[in-house]
Amino acid sequence: MGLFLFLLKRIMGLVPTFFGITLISFLVMHLAPGEPMSLQANFNPKMTPEMRQRLRAQYGLDKPLYVQYAKWLKGLVHLDLGRSFSPDRRKVWDKIKERLPVTILINVLSMALILVISIPLGVKAAVRQNSLFDQVTTVLVFLAYAAPAFWLALLLMLFFGIELNLLPVSGLHSLMGYEQMGALEKIWDWTRHLILPVFVSAIGGLAGFSRYTRSSMLEVLRQDYITTARAKGLPERAVIYRHALRNALLPLITILGLSIPGLIGGSVIFESIFAIPGVGQLMWSAVMARDYPVLMGNLVIVSILTLLGNLLADIGYAAVDPRIRTGIQSEE
Amino acid sequence: MEAYSAVQMDGPERSRFFSTFFRLCGNPLTLSGLIIVGILVFTAIFAPVLAPYDPQKIDTYHVLEPPCSAHLLGTDGLGRDCLSRLIYGSRISLLVGFVAVGIATFVGTVLGAIAGYYGKWVDSLIMRFVDIMLCFPTIFLIMAVIAFLEPSIWNIMIVIGLTGWMGVARLVRAEFLSLKKRDFVLAARISGASDLQIVFSEILPNAIAPILVSATLGVGGAILTESALSFLGIGVQPPTPSWGNMLTEGKDNLEIAWWLSVFPGLAILITVLGYNLLGEGLRDFFDPRKKG
Repeated sequence: MGLFLFLLKRIMGLVPTFFGITLISFLVMHLAPGEPMSLQANFNPKMTPEMRQRLRAQYGLDKPLYVQYAKWLKGLVHLDLGRSFSPDRRKVWDKIKERLPVTILINVLSMALILVISIPLGVKAAVRQNSLFDQVTTVLVFLAYAAPAFWLALLLMLFFGIELNLLPVSGLHSLMGYEQMGALEKIWDWTRHLILPVFVSAIGGLAGFSRYTRSSMLEVLRQDYITTARAKGLPERAVIYRHALRNALLPLITILGLSIPGLIGGSVIFESIFAIPGVGQLMWSAVMARDYPVLMGNLVIVSILTLLGNLLADIGYAAVDPRIRTGIQSEE
Repeated sequence: MEAYSAVQMDGPERSRFFSTFFRLCGNPLTLSGLIIVGILVFTAIFAPVLAPYDPQKIDTYHVLEPPCSAHLLGTDGLGRDCLSRLIYGSRISLLVGFVAVGIATFVGTVLGAIAGYYGKWVDSLIMRFVDIMLCFPTIFLIMAVIAFLEPSIWNIMIVIGLTGWMGVARLVRAEFLSLKKRDFVLAARISGASDLQIVFSEILPNAIAPILVSATLGVGGAILTESALSFLGIGVQPPTPSWGNMLTEGKDNLEIAWWLSVFPGLAILITVLGYNLLGEGLRDFFDPRKKG
């Protein structure tokens, strides 16, 4: 019951945020100097004022802003985001839809990688504070924070792809002979192609998350109930993993939710480097072509994805912390 | 304006400033951050003196030369000297750091101060706006805006600044929320100070330290964003050298010229590291409790 009410409240809370997202996306596109039509038209020397006017009417750009927004929003609810400016004139949603699974797959994989590696790393660093292990991970974290992800991608491509010739450096699967492969071979082929992109997209999160785990653990280890658990004579493993880690993970769920936009944002970079046909690459090519309906559709869809990711984090939080779902809030 | 007189450094204030400065330098990590940032500033200012070649000079006889004594970091696909381009590229990074973070800090401070000071519906409205802005993967938002602008360095900096103020706003709001309940604010209000006076001479000076820390830490992020945008071809445009667009060329020549990919990235890494070390040092310095 408590959980249900909590969720309902959270979902109701998302509604204004959703409208805010759509409104900002819409305004960004329409208030930016240089109307999309004129950019397209300026490159066309044969464009007459009448043709320009007709194009504007065709895309509804001659109507007042709020009418355009209402129309666009109505379309959005039906997943009708208009048609691309590119020569294929395909529906924007169709373009995004076919690319979403790849982007989501890579983001979920890298999220999993982040959690699997950074939590034990952070715990170990906290338990052995100031040890050599702690100091080495701290240095690595600082380096990972400061290194541009796309540069690391280049270095990894250089090393694993070119020097060692171990891993493929572009695309999702081999171009030659992929059709003839058996199911297992295909999975192996995909895995090999995904190793570098997933690792590169995870690296920032790895650094951040192991850092947060460490400081959260340090905080918890100072608490009285840990001393109590130790005084009871519990084995150290139980103290760390059953008593301390569970409480230390709570704030991390919030941070997990907050890190989703950054993770998705990274898609633009690694998808264009590794030539992966995902939403990020679509965004990049839409910027290059100034394909305005695709840009706007993309912006809204990834923001809604972020919103859903945050909701998932909330659900996770409520699932592990009874104070939240019973509505008894402790101070912030 | 009288409120600012305390900030002027005379007598004991000045000696306190220097002792603070030296204590700050006492931490080797902070000191190395300070040195790195110092070198960046020096390089950017004296780029024309330091650069051995004209960064834009094309030399078709020396294309893609590996590092050698004439070209310490090699040459690129047009025979331009990489070291010189790297040195000039520092100007972009320095500029982006200051301008973008300056804008973000200004916007964030103003909105956070208003939200924290006035509270109630003003606070709810501004914080809702912050939540919405945080839902956008920043790079998507930046790209969407840039698609409609000329990709000039100024536009990039403004857009990075205008999409990066949310953290500062939250921070300043939290500071204001706790500071406005303090006795000295109450005292100022009772003695008839206006809202503006209270905000600028009572509360804000007490919130400067966390703002400074977050700004310093924000510089690294801004530099990384600019370099990513330039790398993707929607930031600083060639032939103006920036570390990001130098890496684009590195990517195109990955198999034949490793030096084009390695050095500009290293420059970004070291610079961002410098700002982050300095920021962390300042944080520990102002608030030793948060250390660790």
